[in-house]
Amino acid sequence: MKIVVAIKQVPARDSQLPISPSGKWIDDADLTYEINEPDAYALEAGLQLKEQHGGEVVALCAGPARAAQTIREALAKGADRAIHIEEDMAAFDPLAAAKLLAAAVKSESADLILTGLQSDDLGYGQTGPILAELLGMPHATIIMQVEKSAAGIRVKRELEDGWFQHVEMALPALLTIQSGFSKLRYATLMGIKKAKTKEVKKLTAESLGVVSGTARIAMDRIYLPERTKRTQLFDGTPKEAAAKLVEKLRFEARVI
Amino acid sequence: MSIVVVMEQRAGQWNRMSFETLAAAQQIAGELGVTASAAVLGHGIEALAGELAGKQVEKIYAIEHELLKDYTPDAYCLALGQFIDRFQPHLLLFPHTYQVRDFLPKLATSRDRVAVSDVIGHRMEGGHPVLVRQLFQGKVNADVRFVGDFPHFASMQAGAYRADQAIAGASTVEVFQPSIAPAQIRTAPQDLFRESQRAVDLGAADIIVSVGRGIKEADNIALVQKLADALGGELAASRPICDAGWLPMERQVGSSGQTVAPKLYLAVGISGAIQHLVGMKGSRTIVAINKDANAPIFEVADYGIVGDLFQVVPELIAAVERAK
Repeated sequence: MKIVVAIKQVPARDSQLPISPSGKWIDDADLTYEINEPDAYALEAGLQLKEQHGGEVVALCAGPARAAQTIREALAKGADRAIHIEEDMAAFDPLAAAKLLAAAVKSESADLILTGLQSDDLGYGQTGPILAELLGMPHATIIMQVEKSAAGIRVKRELEDGWFQHVEMALPALLTIQSGFSKLRYATLMGIKKAKTKEVKKLTAESLGVVSGTARIAMDRIYLPERTKRTQLFDGTPKEAAAKLVEKLRFEARVI
Repeated sequence: MSIVVVMEQRAGQWNRMSFETLAAAQQIAGELGVTASAAVLGHGIEALAGELAGKQVEKIYAIEHELLKDYTPDAYCLALGQFIDRFQPHLLLFPHTYQVRDFLPKLATSRDRVAVSDVIGHRMEGGHPVLVRQLFQGKVNADVRFVGDFPHFASMQAGAYRADQAIAGASTVEVFQPSIAPAQIRTAPQDLFRESQRAVDLGAADIIVSVGRGIKEADNIALVQKLADALGGELAASRPICDAGWLPMERQVGSSGQTVAPKLYLAVGISGAIQHLVGMKGSRTIVAINKDANAPIFEVADYGIVGDLFQVVPELIAAVERAK
């Protein structure tokens, strides 16, 4: 089974996110980056399927030069090779971004394309289904399990409120993977060493012949949300804060 | 401008988020001086669609086909594509459900558009809606607007608008029958199921102490269990904790777990991603303990301590014990 896993590099989870002076994006000069967490699960799903059924896992990533680090980590975990579309993605809306990925992945003739269900930065949760539509593939989202079946694959979709559903479809297909799909593996020392020799194909929007085209949506301004609720915060030492909190819970909220 | 809210039903039951989106559509329509219409897809749904006749909508469209009985992205996109061709709506609004997340990006792409997903609010500027959505798991907001021709698509986050603000009125149902062939549907959905009977009913608990990513390691969960015990409450968790297998899935609070509204909800080391907040923000009193003063959990918290949970929680246990 030939599997392409689309991964994204995002600011590390605990990052402080200063708004840039332009108000259009965050000031990312001092940020550290990591793989988008749902994409880490998509990669894990891909690696497990390869281990069960053989084949190849190709990591696909669109992002600036710094994304090379995230790609190397994917290779160290076991991806066989990678495609890096080296672009600053800020100017791309979800459709434009997916067009880039589609152009890069077309010639791969993958059986299965996996990606995380959403990104931790923009959070549109759309790249997967858009890519499927552009490539003319069936898809299913928020997947917790994948197994081979007579027809192709049988997947377990997560629905709201603890419900699940199995869906069957033929290959090629695209799936978006939910966090918690399986435990994540760590890169081994051997894996890290091997990663250095693996192929990373570098592409750009220009080399792919994709122009970002007309944007369909525009993000005019980003800002910190206004607090609508007044939270009573207790400071002082942990002991003092804890004592004040318990007092409030007993005599003001009367819940304990 | 014509606005259509696409309501969601499964096996004849409304998804109640649909009524929040209906309220949003009515509000936006009112601000533009028009009346929104509603649409619902399915098989044998005319009577269900009729339930909307008491709402203030221009028209109710029952998009009716036997191949719409069980949801598939292919059938839904075909049906809605034909609906758009026929009625030319300008703005289509959807509840941001798991189902909508599955088909809306595909539908928008098939019309060469981008849907604005997971909207938490809006305002009008120059006769056009500016939509507000969250970035970075709720830490930052963004103003987004549509560029270019209609139709435009957006999905509204759970809890962003209030279902009880949907305005009453009178309307009639029009049945629209798209043409869909079985061969056009490439996925075969099977019956819905639940993993197991839940042994823990968090919904019945008066006090819930919930733990998140800030706890760092499985072994540390015992500390939060101790706090739950001291308060006589149930232990719960945000999704990452259950994903990691540190607590069973049945203790998960949030959109994919249980929805709770206890008297006291104490969130320890939970940043408050929206998927978690929708499952607990109806709690009467919410307490947050988190090291990041900007964590979105403080958006909904009544009381809070900004600090290291490993220092605060032991002191809190001691203070609760002293108060007994």
